[in-house]
Amino acid sequence: MIFANLLGRLNWHALPQDAITRGGAAMIVLVGVGAVVALTVTHKWKWLWKEWLTAQDPKKIGVMYIAVATLMLLRGAADALMMRAQQATSVGSSQGILDSYHFQQVFSAHGTIMIFFVAMGFMFGLINLVLPLQIGARDVAFPFLNSTSFWLFASGMGLVNLSLLLGEFSAAGWLAYPPLSELQYSPGVGVDYWIWALQIAGVGSLLSGVNFLVTILKMRAPGMTLMKMPMFAWSVLASMSLVAFAFPILTVTLTLLALDRTLGMHFFTAGMGGNAMMYVNLIWAWGHPEVYILVLPAFGIYSEIVATFSRKKLFGYASMVWAIWAIVLLSFTVWLHHFFTMGAGANVNAFFGITTGIIAIPTGVKIFNWLFTMYRGRIKFTTPMLWFMGFVVIFTIGGVAGVMMSVPAIDYQVHNSLFLVAHFHMMIVGGVVFGYLGGFTYWFPKIFGFRLNERLGRYAFWCWSIGFVLAFTPLYILGLMGATRRLDHYDASLGWQPLFIVAGIGALLVGAGIAFQILQLAVSIWQRDQRRDLTGDPWNGRTLEWSVPSPAPVYNFSTIPVVYERDPFWVVKRMGAPRQKHYEDILLPKNTGAGVWIAGFAFAVGFGMVWHIFWLAIIGLLGVVTSIIVRACDEDTEYVMTAAEVEKHENALARRRQTV
Amino acid sequence: MSEVAVETLQTPHDEAAATEKTVVGFWVYLMTDCVLFASLFAVYAVLHHNTFGGPGGQELLKLPYVLVETMILLTSSFTCGLAMLAAQRRNKQQVLVWLGVTALLGLSFLGLELSEFRNLVLDGNGWRRSGFLSSYFTLVGTHGLHITFGLIWMFVMMFYVAKRGLTNGVMKRLTLISLFWHFLDVVWIFIFTIVYLFGSRGI
Repeated sequence: MIFANLLGRLNWHALPQDAITRGGAAMIVLVGVGAVVALTVTHKWKWLWKEWLTAQDPKKIGVMYIAVATLMLLRGAADALMMRAQQATSVGSSQGILDSYHFQQVFSAHGTIMIFFVAMGFMFGLINLVLPLQIGARDVAFPFLNSTSFWLFASGMGLVNLSLLLGEFSAAGWLAYPPLSELQYSPGVGVDYWIWALQIAGVGSLLSGVNFLVTILKMRAPGMTLMKMPMFAWSVLASMSLVAFAFPILTVTLTLLALDRTLGMHFFTAGMGGNAMMYVNLIWAWGHPEVYILVLPAFGIYSEIVATFSRKKLFGYASMVWAIWAIVLLSFTVWLHHFFTMGAGANVNAFFGITTGIIAIPTGVKIFNWLFTMYRGRIKFTTPMLWFMGFVVIFTIGGVAGVMMSVPAIDYQVHNSLFLVAHFHMMIVGGVVFGYLGGFTYWFPKIFGFRLNERLGRYAFWCWSIGFVLAFTPLYILGLMGATRRLDHYDASLGWQPLFIVAGIGALLVGAGIAFQILQLAVSIWQRDQRRDLTGDPWNGRTLEWSVPSPAPVYNFSTIPVVYERDPFWVVKRMGAPRQKHYEDILLPKNTGAGVWIAGFAFAVGFGMVWHIFWLAIIGLLGVVTSIIVRACDEDTEYVMTAAEVEKHENALARRRQTV
Repeated sequence: MSEVAVETLQTPHDEAAATEKTVVGFWVYLMTDCVLFASLFAVYAVLHHNTFGGPGGQELLKLPYVLVETMILLTSSFTCGLAMLAAQRRNKQQVLVWLGVTALLGLSFLGLELSEFRNLVLDGNGWRRSGFLSSYFTLVGTHGLHITFGLIWMFVMMFYVAKRGLTNGVMKRLTLISLFWHFLDVVWIFIFTIVYLFGSRGI
């Protein structure tokens, strides 16, 4: 029966066979072994477990999210460089560095990793770091759920990377369209890795969405009505609403594809009553909102940055809020523009073309609001501000290209071409990544207590921006010349090679930008004593997170602030309101490893399902259920930090400020 | 500047606020589950005529049988409500009795559903037969899976009530499971209507 073969499909042939995969696998093993050795030599295992892995403090969870996202950024960028190298060299009689099957795995992995494990990781990381502080809360609504979400995310990430060591990754593109992704055409384990990695990480995202929704709705400081929230909090509220509505669709879609592949069902198969176009509809009914899930928090970050560094309150607060919610609503009405060429008919295409055009309007409102915030402001050109201004230029160019493609007739010409690739990279890198990098620089001192090096940050910014424009402008032109996406070879007579080489140089420059950022982090840690933020307010900020010391204490606020106005901290600073301190007992969550266990068992489920080791999957499932029950029966999950302890801690912080 | 009520939501012993937060969170989760079922209903709507030459709903679905299932599930929702009323009166014994009845009804519902599935598969009409049957098994089966997890939860709760009594923590969890159980009832009403009533008439 199913237990006949204990290891399912797993055997020696699963180990990497070709040189490049072996290199990647060796890198992962080396990094892993290096980390284990380093931790053992320095006796840091216990510290790691107690201080980090089991942490419930959202600030620590946020740091872990960003650490994972940064590692994955390196892998995704390596994939990008391989693709650029392939397309720059694989012309005419030269076959380039990769065979086509390998190339397909590379672009599938690049898209999957960048969206799910870089962008989503960075986003949840920043939300964890900042959101509770911004709304005057001591924690998120459900701290344990939060840590479980992170570990599910990490467990999905683990599956994606394991595919380098054992087996292969999906070669069916980052959204795995059937029937290509069905068993008949993708018989290997690649698509299964893709399904289960996303399924596990996706459940984590869904739970985070619920968590932050409740955090914002129920845990704001007294007096902070919705319309007095910082814009970042608004954008997170909107983004998390989208998560709650969109991610269940992803869960269903992935499950159905898995059922097709594992149990022989016929949801999306080419025959037997399956309907492949239903998959495309479902995946984009999640996928388009997903784009806004990522970009709305970035919009929120820009709003904070531009107001702070222009020394002005945000222009058009109410219109910003309405624009966000207009985008939320419209984001569910545009998904079909991803497949105008499906042939749904002229009227359907016209409807989705118009809604797509309309969604540019609230986005434009936001751009103008930011520009008007800068108008007559006293602007400081710090690194976060540079990221913001780079965003305005690149995002607007990419957005205009998007509006062009919203016209179905034009879309028929450029569908699946490199023009599209250039468009969405300008939106996601120029819009999302620039925002997160700006936000990371902006809030870094609040979490770590020292500022990042500005000069290296500027170098990183300029390498990123110039490299990015160099890498993607040629793709617009190539797309209009007829170059399709996911192309692994082309004829020399087409004359495309020079443009592909320029794009490759641009990608290298972006790589230099990433290198500068790592250098920036290293140098800043090295110089941390000179870079200390002793005021807690390094940028002359406006919102509540700047009212507490840096790094923010575990309880965030010794006394919960009362809010009367927007930009509450700015108001307090202007009015010089005395901040009387009467400390109270604070209830905090105890650290727990239950989230690690749950995610570990979920990993076993995923691994078992990928390789058809069903006994392992069953054990994993039982493990998940049992861990949840055990955790739910534990009523001793919190501890009290007494008022006296809080006072002692606060006094120590104050003394440190005075002595330095 | 308006006067603002200065009461923090986070004082250590504010159990009511904590419960409210959890209940709101659970509602949000239920709504995401609602979207999940909505997607499965949409898939069923797209595929329910794709029988690929095999039997359709008209041939396969037996209304009287499903009516019994439905009645059992609706009754279990009622007894679950009785358990909650007993909990509010802090009557531990009655809570256990009504939860037990609810769980038994849930188990018999599940048994009937599994036996229906079994008969379909034995007749050669399993989920591999056609797109219609794939979507039928998945939609109804997902509801059944929810019922299964609900039952596990209910047994844990009975153990919990028996052992610890009706503490605040237990009351909070009882509120959640009763929400969950009623929600599954509502979903079943839609399945009954759309899959069985419409399906048996070939709509």
